[in-house]
Amino acid sequence: MATVELEDLEKRYGDVHVVRRLNLRVAHGEFVVLVGASGCGKSTTLRMVAGLDSVTAGTIRIGDRVVNEVSPRDRDIAMVFQSYALYPHMTVRENMAFGLQLRQTPAAEIDKRVRAAATMLGLTDLLGRKPAALSGGQRQRVAMGRAVVREPQVFLFDEPLSNLDAKLRVQMRLEIARLHRRLGATMVYVTHDQVEAMTLADRIAVMHEGLLQQCAPPAEVYGRPANTYVATFIGSPAMNLWPVTATRDADGLCLRGNGLDVHLDAAAAERVRAAIEALPQDGAGGREVTLGVRPEDVDVAAIGDAVLAVDVVEPLGAETIVYGQFDGHEPARAHGRDPPTLQRHEGPAIVRVAPSTQMRAGDKVPVRLRRDRLHVFDVHGLRLAHADGPP
Amino acid sequence: MTPPPTARPALWPHLLLVPVTVATLYPVLYVIKLAFSGTGGVSASPWPFPTAASLDAFAAVVQRTDADGRWIFGAQFGNSLVVATAATAIGITLSCSAAYAFARFDFPGRRFGMIAFLATQMFPGILTMIPLYVLMQRLGLLDSMLGLALVYSTTSVPFCTWTLKGWFDTLPKELEESARIDGATRLQVFTRIILPLSAPAVAVTALFSFMTAWNEFVLAYTFLSDEAAWTLPVQIRAFVGDKDVQWALFASSSLIASLPVIALFYALEKHLVGGLTAGGVKG
Repeated sequence: MATVELEDLEKRYGDVHVVRRLNLRVAHGEFVVLVGASGCGKSTTLRMVAGLDSVTAGTIRIGDRVVNEVSPRDRDIAMVFQSYALYPHMTVRENMAFGLQLRQTPAAEIDKRVRAAATMLGLTDLLGRKPAALSGGQRQRVAMGRAVVREPQVFLFDEPLSNLDAKLRVQMRLEIARLHRRLGATMVYVTHDQVEAMTLADRIAVMHEGLLQQCAPPAEVYGRPANTYVATFIGSPAMNLWPVTATRDADGLCLRGNGLDVHLDAAAAERVRAAIEALPQDGAGGREVTLGVRPEDVDVAAIGDAVLAVDVVEPLGAETIVYGQFDGHEPARAHGRDPPTLQRHEGPAIVRVAPSTQMRAGDKVPVRLRRDRLHVFDVHGLRLAHADGPP
Repeated sequence: MTPPPTARPALWPHLLLVPVTVATLYPVLYVIKLAFSGTGGVSASPWPFPTAASLDAFAAVVQRTDADGRWIFGAQFGNSLVVATAATAIGITLSCSAAYAFARFDFPGRRFGMIAFLATQMFPGILTMIPLYVLMQRLGLLDSMLGLALVYSTTSVPFCTWTLKGWFDTLPKELEESARIDGATRLQVFTRIILPLSAPAVAVTALFSFMTAWNEFVLAYTFLSDEAAWTLPVQIRAFVGDKDVQWALFASSSLIASLPVIALFYALEKHLVGGLTAGGVKG
């Protein structure tokens, strides 16, 4: 096991900047998940760590060693691919033993390690089969077994569950979590699936257009997103974001706009005031900000901050998702200049309610935002404050 | 409920295919008829089926000796076998490695190289005969099995390279990347992963290469003057002289010469079917 350190890592293909000045340290035994939409640079980053892609600039360190120019075979890593990448002409046993044979490991030791890995992953009965005779889940387990027998310093996973169906994906996710717990190995895992990221990671590194947006434990990425991209990428349904104007009043702070009229009392206002007051004022003394609230932090209340005109109701069994618009909503309001790497959510208002809540399309329902769960971003999408603590 | 209409096979494809099949099989059947008609003379009848079952012509071909009493058929059969096998071995070795390089590596001249290989296939082979003759003469390789094998392998390399490159392009790169991470060198990736997975394509290409070399006549006729150094196609042609045409020997030696290719085809059949169909779909 070892640490992995990426320092000012860059990757360009001609004029295309795929990874930009990435700095990330994966601690000994840590499970870090790189997550982001397709084309965000996460797989390229992993391939650079594996030595399969060259580094344009920056440094990759595995343990104490800079490995930029080290070939993949000498990096002491193992990688599990999305497509399994099992050798079709070899049996499961031969697939798992291949790496050890190349390293001239004694036959008895190879046999011992293959058997141990096969037992751990439930592959004992499949050792004589070829990959074509295995199901998708079994193939992926063989791919993991092939990595495990090598006992490498670092495990790399490149979207290993993407080819599996939903049920098998959950099962394999648990297998990977168990594997990490059992081996305590350093693991770097790439996925675009936020559920995998949230459930497996010690820390999640969210990437967008080659830039690292935030790297933090799952609860923090979800609860205190660094910007509106992270806020909308992590969490399903995505966080609601509304452009509003913040103005001070006699006993606190008012956030108005898009049909919302949220009054923060002095105590709640105090937490966000300093950050908001650093922003430039508009002509009327207000400040343009983006208010973020997760769907589960919006309550149906007798006296609300807004009136939700219900458009679609999705009963999911354990919960119900309600889509609508606030009365007075202003669609796609121009709100300053967004930097290209960040995005503004302009969709419907989304509310998560208990399944017992009776709601139908066409209803008008007063809703109230939980004061301790408000997120405030500046017009560029960067986090200003969180109403339950300092920014 | 109305029963589904019964599908009746269309007649016109059969009307078209029957004469085409007859036209294809007629010469083959006629050669078989000639081969079994014995050495006493052949009938001029256009009827393609054997009217006799004599093996005299086969015996005469197989037992032929030259003026010194050497077993000439054995020598010529051996020549064909050595030349075709060597040409295949050299051609496959060169084209496998060339095709892998073209498929996987990005190097200056890659595109030009592929086009140049293709361009050589656009000219008739006879065009290269004189330069090749001069080259072989200067290298002292006339009347030599090695010389002929080299000529055959170099002429088959472009086609084989294109065929194998097409196959290598369909192999997932992840397999190689996985092997490299597992600890394989580039050469080990090639020999332990790529080549075993390419058995069908290599089989097809090897069969093509072997058949081309085995059946080739013009270059062999040009470069080989000593009868003992001839390959079978040169000997078969020799049965058709200016004054005397030995049709039965011509036909029986043609049938004998086709046996190794048929045997090879059946031996590689399993791989051939895979090789001809694989790559059509991405699996």
